[in-house]
Amino acid sequence: MKIGLFIPCYVDQFFPDVAKATYELLTKLGCEVDYPLGQTCCGQPMANSGFASLSKGCDANFISCFKHVDYVVAPSGSCVLHLKEHLHGSDEKAATHIREHIYELTEFLTDVLKVGSLPASFPHRVGMHVSCHGQRGLHLSSMTELRLPEFSKPMQLLNLVKGIEVMYPERKDECCGFGGTFCVFEEAVSVKMGKDRIKEHAVNEVEYITGVDVSCLMHLEGILKRNGSKVKTIHIAEILNHEVKQRV
Amino acid sequence: MSEQVGKSLWHADAAEVFIADEPRTDWHDETLWFVRSKRDKASMQVPEWEELRELASGIKDHSLSNLDNYLKEFEEKATANGITVHWAIDAAEHNEIILGILNRHGFNKMVKSKSMLTEECHLNAFLEENGIDVVDTDLGERIVQFRQETPSHIVLPAIHLKKQDVSDTFHEHLGTEKGNNDPQYLTEAARGHLRGKFISSPLAITGVNFAIAETGGFVVCTNEGNADMGAHAASVHIACMGVEKIIPKAKDLAVFLRLLARSATGQPITTYSSHFHKPRKGQEMHVVIVDNGRSRQLGRPDFRNSLKCIRCAACFNTCPVYRRSGGHSYHTAVAGPIGSILNPNLDMKANADLPFASTLCGSCSNVCPVKIDIHQQLWKWRQVLAEEGYVAPSKKVAMKGMAFLLSNPRLYRIAGRIGRSMMRAFPGLMNNRKMNPWYKQREMPEAPAQSFRDWFKENKT
Repeated sequence: MKIGLFIPCYVDQFFPDVAKATYELLTKLGCEVDYPLGQTCCGQPMANSGFASLSKGCDANFISCFKHVDYVVAPSGSCVLHLKEHLHGSDEKAATHIREHIYELTEFLTDVLKVGSLPASFPHRVGMHVSCHGQRGLHLSSMTELRLPEFSKPMQLLNLVKGIEVMYPERKDECCGFGGTFCVFEEAVSVKMGKDRIKEHAVNEVEYITGVDVSCLMHLEGILKRNGSKVKTIHIAEILNHEVKQRV
Repeated sequence: MSEQVGKSLWHADAAEVFIADEPRTDWHDETLWFVRSKRDKASMQVPEWEELRELASGIKDHSLSNLDNYLKEFEEKATANGITVHWAIDAAEHNEIILGILNRHGFNKMVKSKSMLTEECHLNAFLEENGIDVVDTDLGERIVQFRQETPSHIVLPAIHLKKQDVSDTFHEHLGTEKGNNDPQYLTEAARGHLRGKFISSPLAITGVNFAIAETGGFVVCTNEGNADMGAHAASVHIACMGVEKIIPKAKDLAVFLRLLARSATGQPITTYSSHFHKPRKGQEMHVVIVDNGRSRQLGRPDFRNSLKCIRCAACFNTCPVYRRSGGHSYHTAVAGPIGSILNPNLDMKANADLPFASTLCGSCSNVCPVKIDIHQQLWKWRQVLAEEGYVAPSKKVAMKGMAFLLSNPRLYRIAGRIGRSMMRAFPGLMNNRKMNPWYKQREMPEAPAQSFRDWFKENKT
């Protein structure tokens, strides 16, 4: 089983630690991980701005990078959802294969690898941010709006981590306000939404806020830092890959 | 978005003004979240909730696919019942029909219960220009009418106002005690005032929640009973409906009435669900059936199912953007997520900002009782607006540049490397609150010396 690791453009450039943790975690779990060096972006920034027509070059590049792997895995619910819904190209057979075999990291761990234990430890109080595209788009967890049984793939994995205490904010699955280019074109609403999420996590006195999407976390981190908060953001891959070194 | 020129402020700009009063924004957000929570509780009490939504969606899909036949059936049955049916192609025709009825009787005043269609058609302004005294009888609508504002929410028209705002308004218009904010006192004052209007009004307009093809009757849902009081006291009753209000059979009401109030306010059912079938003796009853762009929307495969909407406003209450920007920031009769997919159909240029006033979080689609894929349609409208040239030119240039860069892996890497080292060497370049909207209230992410790819190449290949 060959896995193609997709690291979204902004994660590659600004959050290499998240990518390293994802790579290490998958390797640790026995996967054969290929990281195609020509990869760039999923094309979502253009498409969500109304210019899906401009993302054809991105799509073609993506397909050529990942057409040879069995599964594509990425530490991002949002980019994965975009590709699942919109990836097309001249090699439509390859595009379809990718659309059907692309996974966000946590769903890959729970649904394909069926991970039942992890050598991870993270003795901290952590707030869970439920990212919309992973949740409502990829169905990584149940949704408060729907009358369906409760579940959460990210929580299922965090429950395997030693010492961690995970808290939900009062509004369990309200959007953080990032929203792609929304974060700059609707700056006032975007920041207000982020501040409100943070306020609810702060009530729980968490040390970290985690989630499956770096984009949400980047937005929340920007607000936390500006306001001098001690709360840090951490991607779920970094927690799942976190081992406390034995003290001699 | 400021490059796009329009009559009113674009959503982003109006929202910024709204949010400037943060305590009020918090209050608005919490009030509407409370309504959303009530909706959750009410829906949780119905074990077959998701099946009901599916059923409602199916009935509406079916009705839209057979709209012409059901409308004809409705007209036939309603006419046989003694109702006069009128057809209006657009807002102007709708308004003229109503003015015509008023003029024929020589009436110069009327009462009107809630009808978002008449808001969409700007009926009040038109009638007032023609010398008719229009009194909105829904409490919230009466409040905003006194203030010469428009409803900011389709179910809770005055939700943007607080008790003291209402008190000030009533002091000015009804002579209530200054500074008396007691809701009971204020409601009593409105009640007394409106009773007088009901009794003296010769003509009443109501909306229509559901028109039943099978019976030629229609149902109007209110919590205040104001539609009934108006219609029962007046010698002429006019009900205004969009073509999409039609449902095939009376038994379908069992599905929709269970969903409507639970979705809207968390009530099991509206206080009054009034069934009108024919005029009472000596009364005249009219139904005005309005298209106003609906058949155009029906012809857009990607957007036709927006016409399934039953105007419950659950999507407003759940929308994190609506709750923090207020209804007026949408500058249209129907605000919120549903408004953002309906209004571009009415005027693409004037409403080009609305599909972008969303993070595409998808909560709207999840609460929708008739399962409209609202957030997917928002995305699709963005594509249409870009295609038709209604997106700011600067945005288009930026997107073209970005698309070029991201299609060329080598260029992307070079740009990334240069960008990061510039950010590290000259933080002031990006850390500019005027030029960089991100930085206004957020720190930039730290730029690492090495990208993941560089690390991978160095260590793993």
